[in-house]
Amino acid sequence: MAPLTPAPAAAATAAAAKKRGLDVAFIFKKSLISALVALVLFSLMIGVRTEAGPTGQLIYWTRFGDLAAMVGAVFAGSIVVELLRWWWGPVGTVHSVGPKVQGALSFAGRVLPPLMLGFTFLMPVIFYDQRYILDLGILVLTYVMLGWGLNVVVGLAGLLDLGYVAFYAVGAYSYALLATNFGLSFWVCLPLAGILAAFWGVLLGFPVLRLRGDYLAIVTLAFGEIIRLVIINWQSLTGGPNGISGIPRPTMFGIPLTPAEDGLAARLGIEFSPTHRIVFLFYLILALALLTNWVTIRLRRLPIGRAWEALREDEVACRALGINTTTTKLTAFATGAMFGGFAGAFFATRQGFISPESFTFQESALVLAIVVLGGMGSQLGVALAAVAMIGGFELFRGLDQYRMLVFGLAMVLLMIWRPRGLIGHRAPTVFLEQSRAISSDLVKEGR
Amino acid sequence: MTTPLLAIRGLRAAYGKIEALKGVDLDIAQGEIVALIGANGAGKSTLMMTIFGKPRAKAGRIAFDGQDITEVPTHHIARLRIAQSPEGRRIFPRMSVAENLQMGADATETSEADRAAGLERVLTLFPRLKERLTQRGGTLSGGEQQMLAIGRALMSRPRLLLLDEPSLGLAPLIARQIFEAIRTLNKQDGLTVLIVEQNANHALRLAHRGYVMVNGLITLSGSGAELLQRPEVRAAYLEGGRGA
Ligand SMILES: Nc1ncnc2c1ncn2[C@@H]1O[C@H](COP(=O)(O)OP(=O)(O)O)[C@@H](O)[C@H]1O
Ligand SMILES: [Mg+2]
Repeated sequence: MAPLTPAPAAAATAAAAKKRGLDVAFIFKKSLISALVALVLFSLMIGVRTEAGPTGQLIYWTRFGDLAAMVGAVFAGSIVVELLRWWWGPVGTVHSVGPKVQGALSFAGRVLPPLMLGFTFLMPVIFYDQRYILDLGILVLTYVMLGWGLNVVVGLAGLLDLGYVAFYAVGAYSYALLATNFGLSFWVCLPLAGILAAFWGVLLGFPVLRLRGDYLAIVTLAFGEIIRLVIINWQSLTGGPNGISGIPRPTMFGIPLTPAEDGLAARLGIEFSPTHRIVFLFYLILALALLTNWVTIRLRRLPIGRAWEALREDEVACRALGINTTTTKLTAFATGAMFGGFAGAFFATRQGFISPESFTFQESALVLAIVVLGGMGSQLGVALAAVAMIGGFELFRGLDQYRMLVFGLAMVLLMIWRPRGLIGHRAPTVFLEQSRAISSDLVKEGR
Repeated sequence: MTTPLLAIRGLRAAYGKIEALKGVDLDIAQGEIVALIGANGAGKSTLMMTIFGKPRAKAGRIAFDGQDITEVPTHHIARLRIAQSPEGRRIFPRMSVAENLQMGADATETSEADRAAGLERVLTLFPRLKERLTQRGGTLSGGEQQMLAIGRALMSRPRLLLLDEPSLGLAPLIARQIFEAIRTLNKQDGLTVLIVEQNANHALRLAHRGYVMVNGLITLSGSGAELLQRPEVRAAYLEGGRGA
């Protein structure tokens, strides 16, 4: 009996190895099918061009060379995709990755954030003379912050919000109006903008308390549009489509960053440079983003944050456990909206000019894409996704017309390899004494 | 006779126009295990949910420990130390076992000491959970998920535990372990339990008393042993469920 037992086990591992191994025939077949589909599709789109001639007759000409190149590219491309897929493997469930990959991921998770943070801190020093890079950094950080803010609503509480831009707009307009009408300083307006946005978050939250999933998405989408339309049409207050200009620049706690007598440069006795303000804005948005991150991480470890996540998982169970689902949803909306409001105020003071054009649905979609791409709930993932998306957009700025194509392709590929987003792994928030001993056991079991 | 821990009188509840409970009377004394059996759609789960105020009672009264709780908001019920393990387990799949347990105590104003004691109790009752504290809930087996669902409910140190079909979809051996754990809780901790089951045989043997529900009404009640002997119960719930 005893000598028999290893046999099935060995067979099983062999089977597993084969499954994991490179299946050339399969890849070849799949690529061939893709190429065939491409041939059918493109033969009319690329292969044959038709046009109405000057006298109305049909002129056509063939481009078989282009067609062949295209089909060839699809064939080669799909081989590459399959190879990458085999090499990388899907990271859907815990069991599908070996301990090595798991270890590498957790190592990256531990090492990457301090490295990224350190680099970000040094960016204004390294790139002091490259205003373009600093501006790009500010833009990326703004989206990191927006992503982290929306992550509270979508990633943690699981409430699909397609109108996040509304709170960004509320924050921006709050600051712009308070500052231009009442002369309030940025530092007074910042919390006010957050509070106002949070208030709108709650206001939106009430009617959608009973909605989930698609329905919630549609209503929030509408809400985002409503806010924008109100801004456009309430001309007397918001200036309508013309927007608001002359929004005060932020001061460094009262000290303006201008060439004036009382400006920072004059006080420090150094030569004035417009870069000072850029650097200041950079650190300002970095601080705001880090605040968002810190608050979110703290909240996740408190009952309210756990309740958000529980709500995402199962609402009925939450009710059975005595969780007040109403306040849980409202606090999620309010918290996410507040961060959106902060970001909006920052946006307004950075631009000096705002108009409804900056707050279209595209912004909501972009921020949502960042959250989904990042892994719905992972702080690091959202940051990486924001860098990839905004940085990627800039990278392909020259190829303006292909930008969206590349973006779409990247999204599709990512969803194939990492259906749960860049960082799909969810870090636990409760640590009990036994944890350590068990985790090593789990790793052993995994292989 | 002392007042029962839970007293339900003339309870009616509906989903829109569909009346699911049509005047239910039910008592649970302190320290008792009461089984509620009935066919699919009889209204058993609705009764549990109505105790938690969702759906809210249309008529009738629910009293817990002498206090009328018919109108108490849903999220306050658990704070009165009534815990529920809902039908279909409904653990939080992406959260770890430890976090799932923690959720059981989070919203119920459970003190740190009670939390620790609750955890201790759950882990001695279900040692398999202890070995899996960091594992994600969704990766547990069906039986382990049921243990987790019960464990989560126990974390708030309840006085009354409501269990909705704990043996649903479990292998007989695992189901027996679950029933054994409930018996232990009742014997050692004096916990009062209302258990809803379609698996009448097990449930009635475990319970001190039982109720049979048909179409939103209680049609029979008596001691577990008594009900097991009743021909109508045997016909409807023990021998293939035909003839209801
Ligand atoms: N959420 C709901 N909405 C509408 N009707 C429901 C809902 N839940 C249950 N019902 C109906 O109420 C009746 C009782 O259901 P339920 O309490 O789940 O029965 P049981 O738990 O005994 O199987 C059934 O007719 C069922 O269709
Ligand atoms: Mg039921």
